[in-house]
Amino acid sequence: MTEPGLHHLLFIGAALFFIGVYGFLTRRNLITMLMSVELMLNSVCLNFIAFNRYLWPEAMDGLFFTVFIIAIAAAEAAVAIAIIINLYRSHKSIDVTSAEELKY
Amino acid sequence: MMKGESIVFYLLAGFTLASAMLSVTSRQIFRSAIYLLFSLLGVAGLYFWLSYEFAAAVQVVVYAGGIAVLIIFSVFLTQRSGEDLPIPHARSMVFSALAVLFGFGLLMVNILQHGFKNGDKSAKVPDMSAIGIRMLGTGEGGFALPFEAVSILLLAAMIGCIVIAMRSKNQTT
Repeated sequence: MTEPGLHHLLFIGAALFFIGVYGFLTRRNLITMLMSVELMLNSVCLNFIAFNRYLWPEAMDGLFFTVFIIAIAAAEAAVAIAIIINLYRSHKSIDVTSAEELKY
Repeated sequence: MMKGESIVFYLLAGFTLASAMLSVTSRQIFRSAIYLLFSLLGVAGLYFWLSYEFAAAVQVVVYAGGIAVLIIFSVFLTQRSGEDLPIPHARSMVFSALAVLFGFGLLMVNILQHGFKNGDKSAKVPDMSAIGIRMLGTGEGGFALPFEAVSILLLAAMIGCIVIAMRSKNQTT
């Protein structure tokens, strides 16, 4: 256990991102897949903030990127949930395997 | 002897990663959503630890207060209670875990080999008024244009949600 630095934060960012990838690959439920995507977006924000803090503390670009990513994530989550609820109405299920009309 | 600051960092990091892990493996979707909320709060704590109070506040308000609540509501709307999520196929679990471990290892090797400029977090962060002036500034380095673009994007997303989720009149259910 050493003094936490930039590498520690990058480790957390990478671990969060790949936990999100694991969830996205194994889950079959649309809401849990959306949750995994949120985890991945969060890890990217954390990386931006960490680089901003340790390498260019006087700049604010990483901070603004984080704020804009959070705003876009909110819009994306709202649209995705509208689509999921619509899918639930027409298929009575939100499993990805139940929505396969476009496959054939 | 470890400093209190380091202990707080390791606690926050462990909390964030453990709840993220539980969030993608829990078999009850409601618990999964609550663990996601804890993970988002842990990341907000890390922003506080880095003394970016503005980013932490935005994270708590938008993610923990907005997106987590939205996800919990959609769970209520679409899920029958008391039903567990199916266990993923063993093959898909093994191959996903392999892909994830390989990608993570590759990324960590690259990060550890890359010599970053030696920075520390002793430098002062810009205060709130500097952030506000920069965000709405139109001069060099100002973020007024992306700010307006995001506001239009949010409006478009709001209208899109209403149109997508709207029930047409002749539809009975």
